[in-house]
Amino acid sequence: MLSRVADSLYWMSRYIERAEHVTRLLDVNLNLMLDESAVSADHRWQRLLQALGSPKDVEWTGDPYALTQTLSYDTEFKGSILSCVISARENARHVREQISTEQWHRLNSLYLEVTQPEMQANLDPEGILATSDQPTEFLQHVMEGVHQFQGVSDSTMSHGEGWQFIQVGRYIERAAATAVLLEAYHEDLWSHSDRIAEGNEYLEWMGLLRSATAFEAYCKVYTADVTPDRILEFLLLDEEFPHSVRFSIDTLQNALEAIHGEGGKSRAEPLRRLVGRLRASLNYSSVEEILHGDIVAYLRGIQFQCRGIHEMIYQLYIDYSIQAALAG
Amino acid sequence: MQPAHANQFEHALLKNYLLDHAYDEMFAGTDELHPHYEPLFERFASLPTDELQRRKHSAELSFLNQGITFTVYGRDEGKEHIFPYDLVPRIITAAEWATVERGLTQRLTALNMFLRDIYNEGRILADGIVPRELVYSCKHFRRQMVGLQVPRNVYVAICGTDLIRMENGEFVVLEDNLRVPSGVSYMLTNRRVMKRIFPHLFRSYNVRPIEQYTQLLLGTLRSLAPEGRPEPNIVLLSPGVFNSAYFEHAYLARQMGIELVEGRDLVTHDNIIYMRTTSGLRRVDVIYRRVDDDFIDPLAFRPDSILGVAGLFNAYRAGNVTLANAFGTGVADDKALYAYVPSIIKYYLSEEPVLQNVKTYLLTEPAAKQHVLQNLDKLVVKAVGESGGYGMLIGPQSTAAQREEFTRKIQAEPRNYIAQPTISFSRAPCLIGDDLEPRHVDLRPYILYGDKVNIVPGGLTRVALKQGSLVVNSSQGGGSKDTWVLTQ
Repeated sequence: MLSRVADSLYWMSRYIERAEHVTRLLDVNLNLMLDESAVSADHRWQRLLQALGSPKDVEWTGDPYALTQTLSYDTEFKGSILSCVISARENARHVREQISTEQWHRLNSLYLEVTQPEMQANLDPEGILATSDQPTEFLQHVMEGVHQFQGVSDSTMSHGEGWQFIQVGRYIERAAATAVLLEAYHEDLWSHSDRIAEGNEYLEWMGLLRSATAFEAYCKVYTADVTPDRILEFLLLDEEFPHSVRFSIDTLQNALEAIHGEGGKSRAEPLRRLVGRLRASLNYSSVEEILHGDIVAYLRGIQFQCRGIHEMIYQLYIDYSIQAALAG
Repeated sequence: MQPAHANQFEHALLKNYLLDHAYDEMFAGTDELHPHYEPLFERFASLPTDELQRRKHSAELSFLNQGITFTVYGRDEGKEHIFPYDLVPRIITAAEWATVERGLTQRLTALNMFLRDIYNEGRILADGIVPRELVYSCKHFRRQMVGLQVPRNVYVAICGTDLIRMENGEFVVLEDNLRVPSGVSYMLTNRRVMKRIFPHLFRSYNVRPIEQYTQLLLGTLRSLAPEGRPEPNIVLLSPGVFNSAYFEHAYLARQMGIELVEGRDLVTHDNIIYMRTTSGLRRVDVIYRRVDDDFIDPLAFRPDSILGVAGLFNAYRAGNVTLANAFGTGVADDKALYAYVPSIIKYYLSEEPVLQNVKTYLLTEPAAKQHVLQNLDKLVVKAVGESGGYGMLIGPQSTAAQREEFTRKIQAEPRNYIAQPTISFSRAPCLIGDDLEPRHVDLRPYILYGDKVNIVPGGLTRVALKQGSLVVNSSQGGGSKDTWVLTQ
């Protein structure tokens, strides 16, 4: 497959995943704002920014609505939901004939919906307050659109090389985003051991789980007994939950193996080593070890390795040097 | 001029069908149909109005679902529209087609010989058949092509010639499109939809198939591969998604099973072209290019182009890659050179042209220029290097200001314009609202020239859907319809 096509599919998928992540974080935090909490509003929104990787052109000014506006609609800010949807659709447009008609229709409709001025008018402060016990229409719309897109991608596109690049984009984005999210919460959850959740604190912890759509899945495994170390274990090391880091890296490795199969095998060795090492570390670590050691360093290590994997994918498949390719 | 008059059929479907001096594809006289249109008319006449509308709607839906659409820029960006489609097929008899086929084969053969000649020995120029300055002053003449050998001496491998029918029913050539002709995807999809909407009617007519076009195109491209490349890697080079014909590029690439590439996918090394794939660089042997000469190689042509591939021309020159069509073919579809095509055919083939030209005034000739300037309101003036209906003046429908503007342009650059009489070309029945009405149509057959000449029987019939309009271009209210060439 052409490198350009792989590149577009990969980024289309990453941007969609990113849009979903920002949407969910905003939704969860707008909801939490309604309850009194042990954690101050300042702290919570700053933590949200941290969970999004502390974008440098966005600042917390004390106004949650202004921040929500920026994170949702500001096209100057490349990480906003709107920017992500626009970028995903732009990438899809360049490979229009490689994706299925259903995928294109779903993504294009989402784009047309969210770029309507009426849709943005929905999110003024009154709008949020008026419908305070529900997520705003905009966020709900994006979430549904993204889920539908991912659904038709899996069910209407051939699971060949192109689809594998979509998988790679989705899961590398998800693994890195979950690691950043956990890092943003580390102080609140794992700085003092033996804490027991009470009232509002419980809400905060639940908020973290819901930020990764993990609350229900967590309860199925551990019951509603929420404790910091179990949260960490679940979001980091669970084998079956699709938003855990381990699950993401497992899926990433499977997709990359399928891609290596199509190209030359020996070329892929360095990438195979990088992914294999990260996978092994997640598969054979215990949460006790991680809690015992430096959690932040561990989470940063995951982010660092994800960046390394991304770069290696580019070096191997997309942006390789002509000289090296001719020599090989 | 004979005024429009009613037909003698008392059928509700034909109540608005007025005949005039233009040749009518369906009516042989006011009370008589051409025999090959009779079953068609009977079928349409037998269907109730709402059934016709239902089928029309179903056809449109089918275009939309197949993604045969184009995008409009601006407010509605991203919404897809379909190219207007008319439900009534245009029918061509076997005898009519035989003449067209013979004429097009002859014409393209001669034009390829002409291109080889002017880029090599220049015999036709030395013999004074075609004026030297006419060729060298053409903006599509490519100096870089001089002395270069192209595979099989095929310069134009893919051609789409525009034909119209005169008042006596004779097919004549209006324009040769020898650069990057488009529209063939509409020919193919029109047929597919028509077979679905009128299966029985289609079957009863014994229509010759056209579905083999993409396979023939692939065969043509393969036959032009450089020597020593028995399994050539063939690609289609597109300017990208912003091009209005992008749908067609994607469609043809998919139907042929070849890669659809853009300039940025290709790299040159040691005069060899490679495409960048996820499994490494892969050599490219034949490029079916849908990018104009000017933009294809910033090193050889326009340096500001970002659509092309740096070094492509040198790779081509070295014989490591074949382009279809070759560079510099535009010189032979220059509208001033068009006037010389009958002489070109006689010169190389010693034959009389099978298909005639439309009378053309060259404005470089003083007498012709004077005549044209005095009769601007009756003539059509065209810029020589343009296509797609741009840079045109249609005399009878023009304003005084437009004529004044063209007078100035012609005086300033007579080489840049030609004039032709306003031709009322043939009209075919179209479903307009609930009635059949006549509309002007042209015909663009697609000719492939590789190891031999192949013309799929048919082509794209374009319709000027606006009443009385003579402009069939899609940008100006044109549509299309399926074209049936009969077996006998």
